[in-house]
Amino acid sequence: MIEAVGLSKRYGRTVAVDDLSFTVQAGRVTGFLGPNGAGKSTTMRMILGLDAPSAGNVRIDGKRYRELHNPLRTVGALLDAKWVHPNRSARAHLRWLAKSSKLPAKRVDEVLETVGLTDVANRRAGGFSLGMSQRLGIAAALLGDPQVLLFDEPVNGLDPEGILWIRRFMHRLADEGRTVFVSSHLLSEMALTAQELVVIGRGKLIAQCTTEEFVAQATENTVRVRSPQLALLRSALGQEGATVRDEGESLVVSDMDIAKIGDLAAAKGVALHELSTQRGSLEEAFIQLTGDSVEYHAAVDAEVPAQPVDLMPAGK
Amino acid sequence: MTLLAVERIKLFTTRSPLWCTIAALGVTIGFAALIAGVDSDNLPTIASTQFGYGFGLVIIMVMATLAITTEYRFGTIRATFQAVPNRTSALLAKTAVVAMFAGIVGLIASFGSVAIAKLIRPSADLSISSGYEWRAVAGVGLVFAVAAVIAVAVGTMVRHSAGAVSLILVWSQLVESLVVLIPNVGDDIQKWLPFYVANKFLTGDPDPTTRAITDGPPPSDAVLSPWGAIAYFVGVAAVLLVIATVTANKRDA
Repeated sequence: MIEAVGLSKRYGRTVAVDDLSFTVQAGRVTGFLGPNGAGKSTTMRMILGLDAPSAGNVRIDGKRYRELHNPLRTVGALLDAKWVHPNRSARAHLRWLAKSSKLPAKRVDEVLETVGLTDVANRRAGGFSLGMSQRLGIAAALLGDPQVLLFDEPVNGLDPEGILWIRRFMHRLADEGRTVFVSSHLLSEMALTAQELVVIGRGKLIAQCTTEEFVAQATENTVRVRSPQLALLRSALGQEGATVRDEGESLVVSDMDIAKIGDLAAAKGVALHELSTQRGSLEEAFIQLTGDSVEYHAAVDAEVPAQPVDLMPAGK
Repeated sequence: MTLLAVERIKLFTTRSPLWCTIAALGVTIGFAALIAGVDSDNLPTIASTQFGYGFGLVIIMVMATLAITTEYRFGTIRATFQAVPNRTSALLAKTAVVAMFAGIVGLIASFGSVAIAKLIRPSADLSISSGYEWRAVAGVGLVFAVAAVIAVAVGTMVRHSAGAVSLILVWSQLVESLVVLIPNVGDDIQKWLPFYVANKFLTGDPDPTTRAITDGPPPSDAVLSPWGAIAYFVGVAAVLLVIATVTANKRDA
């Protein structure tokens, strides 16, 4: 279990992490979600004792990182897959890590096998593709067979096969009762990977809940209606208490069930050309929630198209 | 012991320390061979065989600096501190391993220089017997080791390879010799600069019966006695190492 209390980190006048409190439970994959620059990596570095918090503290199973005995046996982490000397072989990299935690040399071969790098173990890590580097990083994290695992943006830049592999892998680790804490700036990815979410923006906690709750709360369901008698329908819907908004040639109705809208149209004798459920994309929802807390805004706001169904795991 | 083994694995699983070692030995021993072979008028002495130690020293200091700065460059220092949250012991272990290695390279360089001179000019008297001779030869190992500690400490503080290496080179090769250009006080300052003082340990108080001044590296006229000089050099290294360790503990990795 990871427990952060009032965690803060300031660099000069910039506040990277601001009074952040959350807990990460064992046996679940917990997503750590936030836009780029929200303070995810900084928080992870503080968990690992690499950066000293300006205020507050974070404990792993009740202990600060520095108090852990042979920490690699308690906490495994992949913060950056490139943290390997490029001229050192994958095996040599794991060998010194294993030695530092008094782990037997055969453990190195075991984790190489687990991540599927046995064949390239003696090649220099500098020549590895991003996917192979990520696997090596995961091998390093698994070395001490730790109960707590931290991954920072593990799927960044991976191909679909690699993403799927990592996703399944994390579920397996959580199913074994481990604490898995994984950061991402992609809500759609987290929706598939994480059961719990810790959402931050500009270093502040936005939400801590299950992924389902977050998605349900974040995505508002609306119904799109097209009709030649739009004005008639609009007033009818308004009388029934639905919230109606014009969108080009159609109406977008919220707060009313789709069946009821259809019934109402039939009762009023209004012909319908379209009646469809619009599901807000997770991205939209995410932007809605964290919109104020994005560190760097693009000068021109990109139009985010509503992408129905595909990204929505719940309710499928 | 575990930490020493960790740092030993790290040092010997990349190739640059090996290249540096070969270069350092080649330059130092090669220089001794050159002097023994070219100067046909004089037979080599112990002092003259050690002319080239400074070249090897520079290369070994670069090796020692890179041993720590590459860890910052490639982020492995974070992996190290993750595995060993006690940064002081992690850094001391690295310093110890690098210094020991540098010392061994220094010994091979100095004794190798004597051996190659003897090989080229078998008639030369190159027995190592007096206190001066022992210091001039075996002492090179000690100076290499302590210089490596300085290099690791500077590397830890500066963290960037280029910056740290330049600082080490500019200081040991330029600043310490050019400081005499400062009017009035230059000479007096130089007598207390660490590498100049370390040179006193190797070249100072020569036994006049076995050493002509022209045969050896220019003797240092630092005011300390040879053993006082090495103590001073060790002191400088220790102070730098303490500062480096304190900074590394304070800073975010």
